[in-house]
Amino acid sequence: MDILNAIVVLANYIFVPAMTYGSQLALGALGITLIYGILRFSNFAHGDTMAFGAMAVILATWWMQSLGVSIHPLPTALLALPFGIAVTALLLLATDRVVYRFYRRVKAVPIIVVMASIGVMFVLNGVVRFIIGPNDQNFADGARFIFTAGDFKRATGLDEGLALRSSQVITVLAAVALVAALFWFLNRTRTGKSMRAFSDNEDLALLSGINPERVVTVTWLIVAILVTVAGTLYGLDKSFKPFTYFQLLLPMFAAAIVGGLGNPLGAIAGGFVIAFSEVSVTYAFKKVLGYLMPENLAPDTLVQLLSTEYKFAVSFALLVLVLLFRPTGIFRGQSL
Amino acid sequence: MSEPFLIGDSMSGGYGKGPNILHNCTVAVDKGQIAVIVGPNGAGKSTAMKAIFGMLNVREGAVRIDGEDITNLTPQDRVAKGMAFVPQTNNIFTSMSVEENLEMGAFLRRDDISGTMAQVYELFPILKDKRRQAAGELSGGQRQQVAVGRALMTRPKVLMLDEPTAGVSPIVMDELFDRIIEVARTGISILMVEQNARQALAIADKGYVLVQGTNRFTDTGAALLADPEVRKSFLGG
Repeated sequence: MDILNAIVVLANYIFVPAMTYGSQLALGALGITLIYGILRFSNFAHGDTMAFGAMAVILATWWMQSLGVSIHPLPTALLALPFGIAVTALLLLATDRVVYRFYRRVKAVPIIVVMASIGVMFVLNGVVRFIIGPNDQNFADGARFIFTAGDFKRATGLDEGLALRSSQVITVLAAVALVAALFWFLNRTRTGKSMRAFSDNEDLALLSGINPERVVTVTWLIVAILVTVAGTLYGLDKSFKPFTYFQLLLPMFAAAIVGGLGNPLGAIAGGFVIAFSEVSVTYAFKKVLGYLMPENLAPDTLVQLLSTEYKFAVSFALLVLVLLFRPTGIFRGQSL
Repeated sequence: MSEPFLIGDSMSGGYGKGPNILHNCTVAVDKGQIAVIVGPNGAGKSTAMKAIFGMLNVREGAVRIDGEDITNLTPQDRVAKGMAFVPQTNNIFTSMSVEENLEMGAFLRRDDISGTMAQVYELFPILKDKRRQAAGELSGGQRQQVAVGRALMTRPKVLMLDEPTAGVSPIVMDELFDRIIEVARTGISILMVEQNARQALAIADKGYVLVQGTNRFTDTGAALLADPEVRKSFLGG
């Protein structure tokens, strides 16, 4: 019984939240890795693009809610997603036209484009705060739980409860569907293959007649989908606040680099590695050990390696470790 | 005498705004024939090839294919005109499968490519066995076969090879030359740069010996091999 209780506690506080967070990071890191592989720069505006995408979805959600549109028990935000994606795609394509295309034409070195993307980041940062404000926004509706901790306890008779929120299930399902669709696209379609070819060997892709501008446009469209979905899922799961999205930049980059920059599979693996490390390092294991250890050995302290305020240190430490010992990441991507 | 099918006529030019590397250099190839450019290191062999393919500025002279002036076309447009180029290095998509490499070679084609792909597999049977494998995992000789196969997918009229046998073993080199002769027999003109001058001239209909960016000797492959001066200076006796 004690072992079961310990497993339930672990599932409730580590496995389920880390799966959810990992899915969100994976989607974000996929966007970063695609941009790195094809446009060949690290996009620092990614976090704020995510905030912009989520904001567009929130505005559409509020509008739909005011009209009384609902797909209960699912959150209305899912219905608003296509609208958010379209707006974000327009924003990304416009940014590309106004900013990045110039640097492509003059064949600027990557670090210059990175600096430009930091500029884009500040602008987006301001735009999002100007439109929706810097505060927390709530837009989640629909059923909150698949089952609550209380339901679980009553059903199983265990002392510990396991809660499963609908936003968590939606996040994982949406991530799986999106990733499957992306891999199908990259591996099976002509356009997807041309993107991989362009990322693999730009000169040879040009010799083969692949149109770089088209590849770039398709990449931005895919990034718009990934980033808007990731941002919306994160907002549904936790809450929407522009600054949190900016802060997500570090774990997302860590995920992409840990997995191997430019490698989509690596971005997903990296997302989960970062999420599970972050959640478990900042979790207090007192309760779990209390169930597992004999009574006289049960710990008095919280058995928490790091307090949650330091969770970003985990991404950063992993990033440094990977760059020191395996610079190409878990799944051999391009080295920095 | 009519003009050869593809000709880089009296070309002078260099990279970007840099100085001229080619000086009044002429290289040509006729239909279904093999032309080989040889010469010492730094003679401008690869540069002459790149000039014909539009990868550097040709300031004087012209490049014509089938009588049409293409001096000002981009490399991509020349692909559409029936030229195919196999660079010396980085000439395959390493992370993609052999079959995907061939598909990418045929990217500009909208018709059914399965026939051409079958021809390539017939020419290089080993590629058919390895078609699902990542091209980067193949041996040096096999990678060159992928590179040539990729270029053939556009059904080019001219195939340009920049040192196709660089870094492969002598046995593989002979094999590659055999395949190149086979390609030429199908009516495709072949223009190549080679370090292994002796073997390359042996299969060449036409040979060009370049020195310092200009033509030094031009003759049939056999005649160049027989020329005592060429032998002494460039073929090691």
